[in-house]
Amino acid sequence: MTDRSDSLLKVDGLSLSYQTRQGELQAVRDVSFELARGSALGLVGESGCGKTTVANCLMRLLPDNARISAGRVLLDGQDVLLLTEEEMRLRRWRRISMVFQAAMNVLDPVYRVGQQIIEAIETHGVESTDIGARERVARLFRMVGLDPQLMERYPHEFSGGMRQRAVIAMALSCDPDLMIADEPTTALDVIVQDRILRELKAIQQPLGMSIIYISHDIAVVAEVTDVVGVMYAGRLVEMGDTADVFRAPAHPYTAALVSSFPSVSGERRPLTSLPGEPPNLSDLPPGCPFHPRCAYATDVCRTEYPPRAASGSRWAACWHPLDATLVPQS
Amino acid sequence: MASASNTPETPNAQAAGSSAPDGEPLLAVHGLTKLFPVGGGPFRKPSSFIHAVDDVTFRLGHGESLGLVGESGCGKTTVGKLLVKLLEPTGGEILFRFAGDSAGAATEAPWDSAAISGRLLRSCGRRVQMIFQDPYASMNPRRTIYDIISEPLSVQGMGDVQYRVDRVLEILTLVGLTPAGGFLFRHPHELSGGQRQRVAIARALVIRPSFVVADEPTSMLDVSSRTGVMSLMQDLATELGVAYLYVTHDLAVARYMCHRIAVMYSGKVVELAETEELLRNPLHPYTKALLSAVPVPDPGHRRQLPDIRGDLGTPIDPPSRCRFHERCPAATEHCLDHPHPPMEEKTPGHLVACYEV
Repeated sequence: MTDRSDSLLKVDGLSLSYQTRQGELQAVRDVSFELARGSALGLVGESGCGKTTVANCLMRLLPDNARISAGRVLLDGQDVLLLTEEEMRLRRWRRISMVFQAAMNVLDPVYRVGQQIIEAIETHGVESTDIGARERVARLFRMVGLDPQLMERYPHEFSGGMRQRAVIAMALSCDPDLMIADEPTTALDVIVQDRILRELKAIQQPLGMSIIYISHDIAVVAEVTDVVGVMYAGRLVEMGDTADVFRAPAHPYTAALVSSFPSVSGERRPLTSLPGEPPNLSDLPPGCPFHPRCAYATDVCRTEYPPRAASGSRWAACWHPLDATLVPQS
Repeated sequence: MASASNTPETPNAQAAGSSAPDGEPLLAVHGLTKLFPVGGGPFRKPSSFIHAVDDVTFRLGHGESLGLVGESGCGKTTVGKLLVKLLEPTGGEILFRFAGDSAGAATEAPWDSAAISGRLLRSCGRRVQMIFQDPYASMNPRRTIYDIISEPLSVQGMGDVQYRVDRVLEILTLVGLTPAGGFLFRHPHELSGGQRQRVAIARALVIRPSFVVADEPTSMLDVSSRTGVMSLMQDLATELGVAYLYVTHDLAVARYMCHRIAVMYSGKVVELAETEELLRNPLHPYTKALLSAVPVPDPGHRRQLPDIRGDLGTPIDPPSRCRFHERCPAATEHCLDHPHPPMEEKTPGHLVACYEV
């Protein structure tokens, strides 16, 4: 409660598992990070690494078979995980909002798009009058580059890019402190993606809003975030300033991700591919879960999970970090 | 990373050169057009047509890989489907010229896939295959990997069971699913996305086609398996002499996979050039916008703003002027009054359809 400084969100030792017929599946293990007010954080990793589960956990939108086994999620010093469902409902959209990947599943096909956003605004009492809510939606539409007249249309009359923008407008409708964007542009074409990313960036600063971007596309994350966390098998394995992490990755997994990503500009460097497959979460290898695919693995990697090696706010969970300035912490 | 050595090679310039105008190309597409009717019924004429593919012309050499890039709805997948005859073209020619097979039986007859049908079609189907985007939807979940991969062999009536088993084992090894015997009787749901896409590639290549249409084969895969599938496709192209039409929306992937790239906009090919030439020196305003919109995985990199308005509309009975006119930053009066610009060769091998270049 006391150390507010400018930290908006603090996730501390979060662990979560799903109960499945095959037994318990540890989807998130000991994830900790902090997000400053007004900054953008990226979470990257391959499918199944737990990045979407972390997001759903922040929104408290977990399926019934999920169980949080440890950790705290402090939003302005208050633990979101301890709130009642009713208290949480009041905070969704108002404090934390989320842009989902599949925009068509978010909008109700039988209501006008504008009406759906007005409903969210009125439910949360952000505007008391219908006219006020309408004006607010018109303003949001202009902000995300949609013609306010489109408020009267139905979702099926929108293209994929327009729907995604409407969903972003909806996520912004109650001036949230934190917006979580889960693969917000993955289904879109590059020109539309580019426009939406620019809009999000332009909107974020004047509103003082924090954003968590979740994506497997490191090019997108490199462009829009200040801080990035790389996830592998349910754990954060590296974290730091986006520029530092992508320019000189310290964890071999991050390095492999970066070097397997094709780019249209610059020298045409050869791509390397990562051997093997992502691990099965219900049957993780002992020690560092990345060791079977890692070129630098030694005996200690096969038996013991690595401690953090850190320098300032930058850290990597690796026995043999590629950046020698990172010092192992006891 | 010593063990991570599967490196996609630079597409070999010699393969690209084999499409030189003097040699016969594998595939010559001329004036290919596909219109989809809108608003018609059983007793009613359609009121209008979507010009999904409109007067597309290109050639493809033996063993060459041509990328077809553009936004969704630009007609790139329709071109791919027309080439494998999953759709019937409204107009134009598709001519294949296959080299004699290894047995020496010269079958160097041009094949107009637009006009062909029946048994001749099936015999030509041996030379042309397709890889689909979604490895989860393109396989029957009830069938085993052996059934899936051996189906082209049985459709073509090639060999007996022992022969087919041998071929399937051989191709499984080639696509890196080893030990091959362990995969034969598994089902698609037991495999990861990357492994499934390898099965899809094996299915397309098991009859040793000369030409494969690959429709976004890596877009549903994770980063780490994507690179593996990309380099596999390149290795097999070299080894088996397959030519690809690589349909993708991702210019960065096309850069690594293709010798040449054709950019499509609203049913038209607007620019065609060798890959690096196109990326370094784009001429068409649409190509420039497309390139500047691609995010770059380097945090220090600052891109230009793409100078383009509006959205890609559906080309329903479009006016005859340049399709890109409404969104074009360089459009002039001339563009408004004249028909869609023809493809012109600006520098050797670099074709572009624009009056203002």
